[in-house]
Amino acid sequence: MLSIKNLHANIEGKEILKGIDFEVKAGEVHAIMGPNGSGKSTLASVLAGREIFEVTEGKVDYFEKDLLEMTPEERASEGIFLGFQYPIEIPGVSMVNFMKTAVNQQRKHKGLEPMSSSDFLKLMREKKDLVELDAALASRSVNEGFSGGEKKRNEIFQMAMLEPKLSILDETDSGLDIDALRIVANGVNKLKSKDNATIVITHYQRLLDYIVPDFVHVLYNGRIIKSGGKELALELEEKGYDWLKKGVDL
Amino acid sequence: MSLEEVKVEPKQKFLDIYQEHINDIKNGSPDYINEIREKAIKQFEILGIPDKKDENYKYTDLNNEFDNGYKMYLSPKNIKFEVNDIFTCDVPDLNTKVILLLNGWYYDRENLIHELPGGAIIGSFQAAAKRYPELVKKHFANYAKMDKEGLVAMNTAFSQDGVFFYVPKGVVIEKPIQIINILMDEEEGFTQHRNLFILEDNSEASIVVCDHTLSRPNFLTNSVSEIFVGKNADLKYSRMQNEHNGSKQVSNLYLHQERDSRVNANTISLHGGLIRNNVHVMLGGEGCENTTTGLYLTDKGQHIDNYMYMDHAYPNCTSNQLFKGVLDDFATGAFSGKVLVRKDAQKTQAFQSNNNILLTDDADIKTKPQLEIYADDVKCSHGATVGQLDLDALFYMRTRGIPKKEAKLLLMSAFAYDVIKTIQVPALQERIQDLVDKRLRGELSRCNSCQMHCC
Ligand SMILES: Nc1ncnc2c1ncn2[C@@H]1O[C@H](COP(=O)(O)OP(=O)(O)OP(=O)(O)O)[C@@H](O)[C@H]1O
Ligand SMILES: [Mg+2]
Repeated sequence: MLSIKNLHANIEGKEILKGIDFEVKAGEVHAIMGPNGSGKSTLASVLAGREIFEVTEGKVDYFEKDLLEMTPEERASEGIFLGFQYPIEIPGVSMVNFMKTAVNQQRKHKGLEPMSSSDFLKLMREKKDLVELDAALASRSVNEGFSGGEKKRNEIFQMAMLEPKLSILDETDSGLDIDALRIVANGVNKLKSKDNATIVITHYQRLLDYIVPDFVHVLYNGRIIKSGGKELALELEEKGYDWLKKGVDL
Repeated sequence: MSLEEVKVEPKQKFLDIYQEHINDIKNGSPDYINEIREKAIKQFEILGIPDKKDENYKYTDLNNEFDNGYKMYLSPKNIKFEVNDIFTCDVPDLNTKVILLLNGWYYDRENLIHELPGGAIIGSFQAAAKRYPELVKKHFANYAKMDKEGLVAMNTAFSQDGVFFYVPKGVVIEKPIQIINILMDEEEGFTQHRNLFILEDNSEASIVVCDHTLSRPNFLTNSVSEIFVGKNADLKYSRMQNEHNGSKQVSNLYLHQERDSRVNANTISLHGGLIRNNVHVMLGGEGCENTTTGLYLTDKGQHIDNYMYMDHAYPNCTSNQLFKGVLDDFATGAFSGKVLVRKDAQKTQAFQSNNNILLTDDADIKTKPQLEIYADDVKCSHGATVGQLDLDALFYMRTRGIPKKEAKLLLMSAFAYDVIKTIQVPALQERIQDLVDKRLRGELSRCNSCQMHCC
């Protein structure tokens, strides 16, 4: 589904991604871990199409298409979803209006008619229940005044609404209490199928107890310095990153 | 002697026109109005038309704009049209009695005065000045002071007609009154109408004023509206400016509030080449509440300048000002708002804010909110922002599949909504939301079912 080859990206002339390679197939769950500032969010942003990052080298194919050629909205409509590490507040734009526009624009992209209001509200209700999102939140402005945990839950709610093929969840677990973590993880698991894939970026093993990854990658200083199975996460939890950093050419 | 043509200053030109047409101008107005006219023209001679040297007109050189050969309408022009043919406003719940002004003159020349239930009156200002001298005399030129504003003096000297609206003590006018200023001619024209609205104690009314251009030529308007709001009276006033971009207008609104009165006034500027809105509010008694808001959406070469003066003269009054604008292309603008809290105006609460979004590097706005406070026990704040659309929010929306253009519209519409939600006539609020969204999409040329081609 996704194939990243030798991806380099800059911001303001500073190289952040220094040659990333990896591959995601349908049905897989990948976890990306790594110290602060190593480039995890940058990678997620580049995949979602953030223009402030300049791709200087490399190639990203998504279902045999050149992902880097696509606008963020095209990527979204083609099934890429980014769960933000820091979701953005949009005062004055209601969640309902926001989601309705998103759903219908994605439908339009696929050549489908807009959803009727009643169908849409039904879908909202259904997905809200799935992630146990407080009904009151859905009637407010996007993320405005939401608590940290509420924002994260709202990301998963949006993911549920949009039914992406490839979800990239950037530290969706941070700021969540144990119950919320379970709910969010359940949400992700319920949406999982053999046709879609998930990349979870996290610092903590505890999320991976719920969302069990097929692969774990360690990103350090703009490169993937180690990949392994789910046991790698346990090892990292125990030993930290220092043993991996050693011997890595900076 | 030089053969070069001597350049005549616009002021002198208008002084000459006044002397030349003095009989036409005075004809139709009672003596007490004409006496004020004489004082006004002298005052105009002193003050002239403001140019950039005038601190309050630093960003809008009106002297330049008034330097034109536009025809003046010193008597009503007879353009017959079937109102319903060109105009069916689809704002529901507005009073079926739509008042039209054509080039500054009351349109329905056969029925110049309408008496409404409860003793309220609406009609031609000129006719009312003759028919109800006591009423008009008491208020006319009382609030729109001509000692400082040359253009108010000019309007007072020249204007003959406009709309007169009177609501007696305790009378509540349920449905909003709609006034439409139509500009229509085959040649360029300069109009100066004069409105006087009187809401006596404990009365209530809503007024919706729309400015429209119906023909292509350029127009210039210098209007003055005086509104008296009596004790504990309640006024909702909404103004929609939707003239074509070849039009220029200076609109002077003077609101005088008596104790415990409440006023909600909004100005929505959708189209218009040059717009200068002067709003003067006198909170002339204790316990007044005033909310004055403005929304301006400009693009291409449009220029908008909002000037606001809020005078807290008595204790325990509250004022709220919110002006917001989106400027696209190479549009320019200015906002200047002054709140004066006089020495005795204790317990004043006065808030003012002006927020702007510039969509391009060429768009520009100068904003100057000011507080001048002489009382010590007050709660006041002011602030101004000039910014761009929030790029993080745009990206966030795009990652959900919302195309950039739509995402921008959502953000702009949300920005504008803060002002729209202050409109207190519910049917109008919805309608204006719709018009604003269309305007932001660049699709607005006229209100939906209105046949008037505004731009
Ligand atoms: N907009 C920006 N301008 C300048 N530098 C940036 C910008 N965004 C990211 N960076 C830099 O890029 C590097 C990688 O940041 P990134 O957010 O991708 O790290 P991360 O791995 O997600 O870290 P964390 O675990 O703290 O979330 C950091 O050094 C950061 O300061
Ligand atoms: Mg990060």
